[in-house]
Formats: sequence, structure tokens, C-alpha cells
Amino acid sequence: MIDRETPVTEEELHAYVDGELPADRREAVGAWLAANPEQAALVAAWRAQADSIRARYGDVVNEPVPERLHLDQIIRNDITHSRTRGRTWAAMATAAALVAFIAGGGVGWYARAVTTTAPAVFDRFTAEALDAYKLYVVEVRHPVEVPGSEVAHLRQWLSRRVGHELNIPDLQSLGLKLVGGRLLPGPTGAAAFYMYEGPTGERFTIYCGKAGGPETALHFKSAEPFASFTWVDDKVGYVVSGPADRARLEAVTKVVYEQVDKTAEKKG
Amino acid sequence: MATFRQSVELTIPALRRYARALTRDADIADDLVQDTLVRALRSEHLFLGGDVRSWMYTILTNLNRNRLRSLARRPAMSSLEDNDAPDASGPEAGARDIQRALASLVEDQRHALLLVVLEGLSYREVADVQGVPIGTVMSRLARARAQIKNFLDGERPTLRRVK
Repeated sequence: MIDRETPVTEEELHAYVDGELPADRREAVGAWLAANPEQAALVAAWRAQADSIRARYGDVVNEPVPERLHLDQIIRNDITHSRTRGRTWAAMATAAALVAFIAGGGVGWYARAVTTTAPAVFDRFTAEALDAYKLYVVEVRHPVEVPGSEVAHLRQWLSRRVGHELNIPDLQSLGLKLVGGRLLPGPTGAAAFYMYEGPTGERFTIYCGKAGGPETALHFKSAEPFASFTWVDDKVGYVVSGPADRARLEAVTKVVYEQVDKTAEKKG
Repeated sequence: MATFRQSVELTIPALRRYARALTRDADIADDLVQDTLVRALRSEHLFLGGDVRSWMYTILTNLNRNRLRSLARRPAMSSLEDNDAPDASGPEAGARDIQRALASLVEDQRHALLLVVLEGLSYREVADVQGVPIGTVMSRLARARAQIKNFLDGERPTLRRVK
């Protein structure tokens, strides 16, 4: 039934123009406006304003997006020229953050925290790891310095050079075989680099070295067609890189994370 | 299922439109969108689901507010385009008029009006983006419309007289 008795308020007129009124009230306001030309003129003026705004700016969506707004470009620039403003990187407990992240169940988002930025070292770490990934993942004959068959030697050598007792994760459960590893320069000293390969030739790498910074949450960086997960735990930074299939990379990261964590517990 | 990155990418054209209307300057608008994208990608770990589009509008709106705060500390600049009105009739003049009318609004009112009429957000969504109750969104909208009407009613004859 149409409610013709309730007086029409100005708020309702706005809601009428913006399509926010329930259907019955909408009809009532429409009928009321037919009998109130002054208010009808006001409504027409608001509609004309909206039409002018849409006529003036509506076409922007049809313009080609400039290159500097392409996400690849944005990610590239952000990694290589890490900016320094607004450093309030949430030092969330890594384990808790990882669980929340991997489980991915939570609802809502934290708009108030969107100004959070990662520290520069952290970004450089990710950038170096992705560079190493890109450089060595295409290498067919010499992807590594020490082959995976000499894993004990590899672990001993890299641990000594990096200055931290390292564990080389076993990713057989994911069908990934250790190709081997090499030593690389990192932003804060020597870094260890391991490469894994799946039956179809997909390659994943782990890059790790002393990061110095506080523990961080897991951070995803996509640089199509590659992507990586980065985190800092016990003053060591880890970057797991691979093809930009996020679900697969997440699965790999989870296993790496668990094995790295186990080592830390054993020590403690 | 679309990845976070794909969802972000889909919002870019609309973000550019919103930013263009907010700033009335194509370069400043794209700077704003660029900063918004950087923030969004860096903050991905904080995004645990929900509506990416609203989240992007929220970041852009907040960054625009910060931008104006830092501009307020500098001497006022008036856009050339705003003062240059060679022809006060026809659709071109109408477009310029609405542009100048928008420029005359208080920032929060401009955000609310553009999110509703240009971006098609519901009052509820705008309330979330602005972090205020729906009633506040509605009063911002009402004041914005009244101001634009006053501006257009008062401004057009003046322009004609100048010519």
C-alpha cells in the first residue's frame, strides 16, 4: 500500500533521487512531488547536477589506463625505489599472522591501517630475491653451485657464510626436488639461495639471509609472471619465489615456513 | 576466483574517474591513483576479504584528505582552467560550471557527493568509506547539493555579464 500520510522530508527527497527509498515510499514521494512543483523543481535540479557530473567525468573510465598505473609497473617501482615515509610496519607475531593469512577465513579489512609500509631493508630483500629468481630460474646448465645431492655440504657451507644455522627445507611432499643452492650477495650480507624443481619443470626458490629487522608478517609480492612471499623470523629474512600462481606458492610457503620454524624450536 | 591483484586492477578505471572529479586535474588525479595502488599492494596482508572496491575508495579518499591538508599549508593556487571562461554558453560552459561548482565544496561533501552520484555507491558504503554514520553522509550530501545549486544559480548570470 502506498503511504500518502507520512510527510515527505528533505532527506527522503535525496534518498529518492539516489534510489535509496523502499518501493512503497518511492511511489508515495513520486505522487507527493507531482502535487508540489517547487520541491519537484529542487529534485530536478539535483538530478541535473548529477547528470552534469557524470557527463563531465563519466568518460574517464573509457580512457586507456596510463602505463604508470599498470600494476606491474607499480610493483617494480615500489620494490626498487623503496620509499621511506610512514614506517609503522605491524610487527605481528609471524606464526599468528601466517595462520590468519593462510587460513584466509577472516572477514572485513583494516582500513585504518592501510598506511602501513614495509621497512626498506625488507623491500630490498624481496627485490634481490626476485632478481635472483629471475636470473637463475631460466638457467639450464648451471642453476646452482652445489647440487642437491650434496645437501649436507650445502647446508654447512651456506650456514657458515650466512652466519646463521640454516635448515634446507625438504619439499618432496609437494613433488619438489632440491636442485641445489648457491651463495649470493644480499642487502645486509651473504644470502643463501636454494632452488627446487617440480616434475613439470616449475621452479621455486628460497632466498634467506640475516635481515636484522623485527619479525614481520608474511608479505606477498607479485611481479608477474613471478611472485614471492617474504617474512622475517628470528632476525633471518626468507623469500619464497615462484610462478605467480598464488595458491601453489602459498602451499609451498607454508611447508617452508613450518620446517624453518621447527629448526628454531629445536634450537630453543 | 579472482586474485587480490586482479580485483585491484579492475578498480583502476573507476578510481581514475573518482580522482579526476575530486582533483579536477588529470595528472594530480593519476598521482593519487598511483599512491592508492602502492598503498593497496603494500597492505595486501591487511586485507582479509570483503569488498576490494570499497577498500580502494577508502584509501583514495584518505590520501586525498592528506593531500589537501599538506596543500593547505602552502599558498592557495587557483587553476587556470577555473578562471578562464571564454564562452559562457553551450555544453562546454556547462561542464566548466559543474567543475567550478564542485571546486567550491568542502572536501568531505565532495567525497560524499561524488561517491554517490558518480561512483554509484550506496549510502551505507559511503558511510564505511568515510568512517562516519549514514546520517552524516546524508547531511553532507544535502549540503553539497544546496551549495552546488547556489553556485550555479548565482554564478551563471555573473559570467554572462562579464562576457
